Amino acid sequence: MRIVSFYLFILEYLFCATIGGIVVKYILRRLLMLLPVMIGVIFLVFFIISLTPGDAASMILGDGATEETIRELRIEMGFNDPLIIQYGRYMADLLKGDMGTSYSTGRSVAGEIGQRFPNTFKLTVTAIILSILISIPIGVVSATKQYSIFDNIGMIVALIGISMPSFWTGLILIIAFSLKLGWFPSGGMRGIMSLILPAFTLAIASTASITRTTRSSMLEVIRQDYINTAKAKGVSKGKVIRKHALKNALIPAITVIGLEFGVLLGGAVLTETVFSWPGIGRLMVESIQRKDTPMVLGCVIVFALSFSIVNLVIDILYAYIDPRIKANYS
Amino acid sequence: MSENTEFVKTEQLLKTKKRSQIVDVWRRLRRSNTAVIGLILIFIFLCMAIFAPVIANYEDDALKMNVRERLQSPGIGHWFGTDELGRDIFARIVYGTRISLFVGIISVSIALTLGGTLGAIAGYYGGRIDNIIMRVLDVLLAIPTILLAITIVAALGASILNLMIAVGVSNIPGFARVVRAAVLSVKDQEFIEAAKAIGARDHTIILKHVLPNSMAPIIVFATLKVATAIMATASLSFIGLGIQPPTPEWGSMLAGGRAYIRDNMYIVLYPGLAIVLTVLSLNLIGDGLRDALDPKLK
Repeated sequence: MRIVSFYLFILEYLFCATIGGIVVKYILRRLLMLLPVMIGVIFLVFFIISLTPGDAASMILGDGATEETIRELRIEMGFNDPLIIQYGRYMADLLKGDMGTSYSTGRSVAGEIGQRFPNTFKLTVTAIILSILISIPIGVVSATKQYSIFDNIGMIVALIGISMPSFWTGLILIIAFSLKLGWFPSGGMRGIMSLILPAFTLAIASTASITRTTRSSMLEVIRQDYINTAKAKGVSKGKVIRKHALKNALIPAITVIGLEFGVLLGGAVLTETVFSWPGIGRLMVESIQRKDTPMVLGCVIVFALSFSIVNLVIDILYAYIDPRIKANYS
Repeated sequence: MSENTEFVKTEQLLKTKKRSQIVDVWRRLRRSNTAVIGLILIFIFLCMAIFAPVIANYEDDALKMNVRERLQSPGIGHWFGTDELGRDIFARIVYGTRISLFVGIISVSIALTLGGTLGAIAGYYGGRIDNIIMRVLDVLLAIPTILLAITIVAALGASILNLMIAVGVSNIPGFARVVRAAVLSVKDQEFIEAAKAIGARDHTIILKHVLPNSMAPIIVFATLKVATAIMATASLSFIGLGIQPPTPEWGSMLAGGRAYIRDNMYIVLYPGLAIVLTVLSLNLIGDGLRDALDPKLK
């Protein structure tokens, strides 16, 4: 019962502020800051991928292509142009939503990614929700009962959770819950049951670090004077924790949630590989093995863009939560 | 009593005062049970790495295929069983320790050197230099670390050197930020001003005065990053972009054993445990060091 009211509180907390409350200037500024970063990211990834040895034209044409046709294709595709021109062309196409065509399947990269992206989205969002629901209550209880058995065990488990590589956790979960117990499918994407193991695998590491952050920021907050004031006023213990302490302690926790999202996206590459989940992580690994550079480039850009957007959303959330930021921009 | 004991007392006091900071930190680190567990674990792994040839024969146990003995369960002859090609899993884990620790430490050194230099320059000079460096690093930070590493190895090709470069480069922004913050926290203090006043040159000030006084967060961060670098190495090898078979590496052992988990779970159990324990030990030490180095908790 207490836990339910706890979640309700967080929901209420996140949604109670109205759009009018946040300062538009702040959001605009953050959006403008995102633009050069994304241009830089695309250039960087473009540059790294261009270091790939081997000739793209002969890769597309496969074995048995003549010298002549390879040369023609190189000119046609503009592979002979300087890198910066190729980049300019890529950017121009990208603005039109065109990310090139796959070397190996000949299909549109944007189309393929668009098809796979919802699957990765489903997986990572489930994982982050799962880890928030588990980690924040544990972090809060650990902090309020510091050095208790609950706290000690919780922190040791969290540290072990951080230390487990997701691909190994995934394999162990498959062995236990799929091969031995037969509760969940061991891979693929067929309905909600197949989502549980990969989402849980992905959630473990982030759960552990969000728990640790929540605990340490709660510990810092409950030693503040205003908590003593609230207690002295006779506010009930639960209310002090929820209304006074947690509200302030959530700020660092939310930062970590944003950063963990990056870890989660990276982890998705491995988790999707282990569970044969048809998302862009697996697409990226397959494309790397096939040396399908436009596809790899597209996947990395989509990953980086998603990560940046999540961090943008987090920054905007700050404006809701932390009145000090609002004050800076009004 | 009196004068003599008084003298001894002062002497003792002077001695305790003179005790170096390292001894102090070590004493506090030892008091933490979890840090000691971490230290013991990492000591065991270091011994395994150094004395690997004493523990098992590289050619015969870790590399040579032995089809007649494939997929054996753990037993007296093979402590951790044998893999799909009949190689001793224990021997392969022991030799895998060498690679994991080596790659972990070297790649963190790369990140620390490059990222640290950038961070120190940005933090010390501030202004426009700081701005340029940090904006460029923002770009690197926008790509999740492991994805950046995957992209770099995918482009350069899978080899141990490229793996170290990839893991190292992808960690540059993190180190730059930490070193920059550490430098910022000391650069306005009086002793830096004093050094400037007596005419010390910038690089002398940074190397001799600023960095030694901002080491604590950097050491903690580096320890924790060796852990993530080891994890990244295993991850990349798992998806076939790191250490290539038949070289024994924990991540590629997991990849190789994946197909056999239905009947032989130990084939992925032990290499995975090796990763968890190494990473855990470094995390424990990192946490312990953070507490030991933080004067606020004294």
